[in-house]
Amino acid sequence: MTKPAPHLRESHIFDRAAIHEIQRAAREGIYKIRGFGAKRAVPHFDDLVFLGASVSRYPLEGYRERCGTDVVLGARNASKPIHLDIPITIAGMSFGSLSANAKEALGRGANEVGTSTTTGDGGMTDEERGHSNKLVYQLLPSRYGMNPDHLRKADAIEVVIGQGAKPGGGGMLLGQKISPRVAEMRTLPEDIDQRSACRHPDWTGPDDLEIKIEELRELTGWEKPIYVKVGASRTYYDTLLAVKSGADVIVVDGMQGGTGATQECFIEHVGIPTLPAVRLASDALKELGVHRRGVQLIVSGGIRTGADVAKAIALGADAVSIGTAALIALGDNRPELAEEYEKLGTAPGFYDEWQAGRDPAGITTQDPELEQRLDPVAGGHRLANYLRVLTLEAQTIARACGKSHVHNLEPEDLQALTLEAAAMARVPLAGTGWIPGQGGF
Amino acid sequence: MESIDLASTTTRDLNARLQSEADGSNAAFEVLHPGGRHALACGLTAPIAVTLRGHVGYYCAGMNQNATVTVHGNAGVGVAENMMSGLVRVMGDASQSAGASGHGGLLVIEGSASARCGISMKGIDIVVKGSVGHNSAFMAQAGHLVICGDAEDGLGDSIYEAVIYVSGETGKLGADCEEQPMTADDRQTLTELLARSGIEADPATFRRYGSARSLYNFKIDNLGSY
Repeated sequence: MTKPAPHLRESHIFDRAAIHEIQRAAREGIYKIRGFGAKRAVPHFDDLVFLGASVSRYPLEGYRERCGTDVVLGARNASKPIHLDIPITIAGMSFGSLSANAKEALGRGANEVGTSTTTGDGGMTDEERGHSNKLVYQLLPSRYGMNPDHLRKADAIEVVIGQGAKPGGGGMLLGQKISPRVAEMRTLPEDIDQRSACRHPDWTGPDDLEIKIEELRELTGWEKPIYVKVGASRTYYDTLLAVKSGADVIVVDGMQGGTGATQECFIEHVGIPTLPAVRLASDALKELGVHRRGVQLIVSGGIRTGADVAKAIALGADAVSIGTAALIALGDNRPELAEEYEKLGTAPGFYDEWQAGRDPAGITTQDPELEQRLDPVAGGHRLANYLRVLTLEAQTIARACGKSHVHNLEPEDLQALTLEAAAMARVPLAGTGWIPGQGGF
Repeated sequence: MESIDLASTTTRDLNARLQSEADGSNAAFEVLHPGGRHALACGLTAPIAVTLRGHVGYYCAGMNQNATVTVHGNAGVGVAENMMSGLVRVMGDASQSAGASGHGGLLVIEGSASARCGISMKGIDIVVKGSVGHNSAFMAQAGHLVICGDAEDGLGDSIYEAVIYVSGETGKLGADCEEQPMTADDRQTLTELLARSGIEADPATFRRYGSARSLYNFKIDNLGSY
C-alpha cells in the first residue's frame, strides 16, 4: 500500500478500504462474498490474562505432575458418548467447500491426537468416515446429502441452527466449486450457485426442536450424543432452550468463526463475539444445574492458541472447536505461495477468497489439479502437531494456576485488561476488584 | 400380522421392534392407539408393512427406507420427512412439511396437506388427493409433487429441478416458478404416479410447473425476486 504524504489526511470513516468497497460495489453491483471470519477488532480472549500461582495458590510442576485434558461428550442421554483425549475438536466444514484431500487431512490430524472432526453441508463422504475415528454428522437446514445410513454410522449428531459467521443466514456454495461429485451429493445441477436454506424444513422453534431431537434419537437407538450448534447472538436464551429441548452438547460459535462463503456484511456485522458468548452460555448451563455435569459446552470462533483454549475453558467451555486455524495448519495462507497469491490479487496472511475455488494451497477448492497440492498425510500431521501445541499450552497455563485438569480452570483465575472484556467476561478489571455491571455500578 | 398396542407400549419399544426386522423381512405389523405420538415407525429399513390405526404426531415414518407405512388417520408435521424409499400413505390429512427433503419413495396423502408440502424435496414423489398449503415445494430439488386439488400462494418458490403437477387452482406462484408446457412424457409420468398411488384423477386436467432457472446464479438484476 502506498504510504501517503504527511499532509494528506485520511478520513476515519471513509478510509481507503471503505472507498474501495464503495467503488467495487458501484462497479459490480453485487455484495462482497468471501470466506474466513470477521476481520475487524472485537473484544477477544487477548483482553484477558491468567493470574497464575501466588502465595495463596500453588502451581503444579510443568513436566511432572499430571494435568488432564480428556473430555466426555453426550453422556446425558446417549448410550455411547464420545470420549476425546484433548478439549479441541474440528468444526464442521463441508466437502464441497473443502477438497476431499483437505477433509481427509482433517480426519487424519484429529485421529493422531484422539479428537473428533465434523461433516458439513452436503453429507458424509466415505473418505471422511474412513479417515475420522470420531465423526460428528451435521443435520443442516438444507439437508443436502442427508442420509439415515450416515446418521447411524456417525458417532454424534449435530443439529445446526446457525454459525457464528452468519447467525440467521443460510449457506452458499458458488457455481465454480460445484464439481460433478458435489452436485450429485447435493441433488442439484452443476455450475449453479447453491443456496443452503437458513431454516430447517420440518421444525420451527424449541418445542419442535425437542420433538426433532426425539426423532433423531429414535432413528439411532438413543446411542448418539445430540449436539445443537448456534451462532452467537441471543446466546443465553438459545442455550436454555437447546438444553430444554434435550441437547446433550451445546456448540456456540462466535462471530469470529470462519465460513467458506458468506456476504461480508454478514460476517462483520451480525452476531456477538466469542468472549461474551462463552460466558452467556455457561451462565445458562449453571442456571439449569447442568454445567460440567450433564450438558457440555463447545465454543468456537477465533481460537488460535492454547491460551485461547484455556481462557474459553476457564469461562465455562468443556471444549473448543477450530476451523480457520485448522485450515491454516494444513497450509492455508502460507508464505511459500506468495507468487500465486499475488496472481489472485492477494498475499499470504490476507487470502480469504475461499468461495472462489482457486485456492493455491489445494484446500478450499474442487479443482482436481489444485487439490493434489495438499498431501493429506503431511497435512494431517501438521494439524496434529498444531493440536498438540494447543493442548500443551493449555496444560501449561492450567498447571501454572494449580489445576490438575484443564476443566478445573475457572473465571476466578482470570482478570481483564479492558473495561469491555471485564464486562463481557464478568471478571475483574486487572488490578481492581471491579466487574462492570456488578455491585450496582 | 403382529399387533402392538401403544396404550401399553413405549415409542422406543415400538421402534426398536420395527427397526429390528432384517433386510429380507416382509413382516406385517398393526399399531393400535398411536394417540398422536411423535416419531412413530421412523428409521425403518426393511420392506415391512406397518399399519397405524389412528392419528400420529410429528415425523411418522421419518427417513423411511423400503417399508410401507399406512396411517389410518391424520399425520402431524413432517410425515415421511427425508424418506429414502418405500411407500407412506396417509388416509387423512397431513400437517406441515409433509415429505420434507425426501430423497425417494412415494408419499400418498388421501386428504389435504398443509403448508410447505414437499419442501426441499430431493427425489421423492408426493401425490396429494386434496389441496396443499402455501409454499409447497419450496426449494424443491428433484422428484414430483402431484396436487389433485388446489395449491395456495408461493407454490414452487425457489424451485430447482423438481416438477409439480396441479389439477385445481393455484395462488400466486413462488419466485422462479412458472407454468410450463405439459409434454407427452409428463402425461406418462403423471399417469404412472396416479396409478401407483391409487388416486383416481384425469391426467388431462393437470398443468405442469417447474423452474424458470432465472435464479440459479446470483445476478443483481434479480434483486426484486430475492
